[in-house]
Amino acid sequence: MATATLPSLDEVWHWLSQVPDPEIPVLSLVDLGIVREVAWDDDTLVVTVTPTYSGCPATGIINLDIERELNARGVAKVRLERRLSPPWTTDWMSAEGREKLRAYGIAPPVDDTAADGRSLALARRLASGSNLTVACPRCGSAQTEKVSQFGSTACKASYRCLSCLEPFDYFKCI
Amino acid sequence: MATAEIAVDRAALFEFLTRMGDNTLILGHRVSEWCGHAPVLEEDIALANTALDLIGQTQLWLGLAGEVEGKGRNADALAFLRDAAAFRNCLLVERPNGDFGQTLMRQFLFDAWHHVMLTALTKSEDPRVAEIAAKAVKEAAYHLERSSDLVIRLGDGTDESHARMQRALDDMWSYVGELFIADDADRAVAEAGIAPDPASLKPEWEAIVSEVLREATLKAPTSAYVHKGGRRGVHTEHLGYILADMQFLQRAYPGATW
Repeated sequence: MATATLPSLDEVWHWLSQVPDPEIPVLSLVDLGIVREVAWDDDTLVVTVTPTYSGCPATGIINLDIERELNARGVAKVRLERRLSPPWTTDWMSAEGREKLRAYGIAPPVDDTAADGRSLALARRLASGSNLTVACPRCGSAQTEKVSQFGSTACKASYRCLSCLEPFDYFKCI
Repeated sequence: MATAEIAVDRAALFEFLTRMGDNTLILGHRVSEWCGHAPVLEEDIALANTALDLIGQTQLWLGLAGEVEGKGRNADALAFLRDAAAFRNCLLVERPNGDFGQTLMRQFLFDAWHHVMLTALTKSEDPRVAEIAAKAVKEAAYHLERSSDLVIRLGDGTDESHARMQRALDDMWSYVGELFIADDADRAVAEAGIAPDPASLKPEWEAIVSEVLREATLKAPTSAYVHKGGRRGVHTEHLGYILADMQFLQRAYPGATW
């Protein structure tokens, strides 16, 4: 295949921005920040993906979805590569993606609040009774409380709104 | 990338990697036994997600172990087709689940070690080890935060929950020590700058544990007795039962996929 006939990388990014995440379909794989690089290796399109959590069961499906989408767009040869480093962080989630999450009923990550394993800070937080403020994605109230550090998937925590009483998921900062 | 591997005995590196991967595999399996049985739905989900993180990390560690070994074994082959004596997990992670308090205490004592260990490994001279650690340490931080929180809440809770957490601590305590005792393989990877000397992790582990136990109003046992053997393949009877359950399918139907 002559180089001139290969789709541009901008076009490829645009296609990938329409592939939904299998667990949270309002987000695209690009919104989530897990597509790290796309490049041509001769006539093979190399897509480099980083996993969200080590054990995320969606990882295999995501790779299949990428391959299927690109094949459907006429790219015959696709190679998926895994990149662990630097590890995925919710900082890479696009502003658009965060807004989509909120509209979908999931509170988006609050940056710079990732767990850091420092238990002294934790003990102080417990003693003061204060918690990370996560606004309710439905009514916007800041009066919410954590129910469990893990929600329906590893990347989310369970919260409850004390104003409108709705339970909701919070996409944890990591 | 090859430099670190050349500088250390391949067998010692394999030993180190299976110790990391077998710890997360066996604890992940143990924790997953709670799925559908936890005291409340939120904890059931939290335990299952913790197990999932640990199994995911196992795939990375055992995957690299298989690569380093160079005998064509992948993570699945190492997990499902080795016998108990080839497993290198510490005895702590094969302890039975007991009640919810015992499961949490085991998790907390492990998480505190795991987080300190992974933090040190992010500076490994072997970039493959460093990148797995950088990924896993973020997950382990959430595990430690959750288990610390619950140990404090239950320890400093009702008379019943306090008594159960103290009993759990007394039961689990003597199984932690082996994580800090170095053997030849540990010394070899430490000299190559791949992993820290296990003993060097102890002060930080003690700082985390004593602080949380103080908040939890629990008392660490004073006995210095240490059960050991898991890290060189000498296990308690419990591991055999875990493997019988975990490995049954691949043993009965070799190569089965779905």
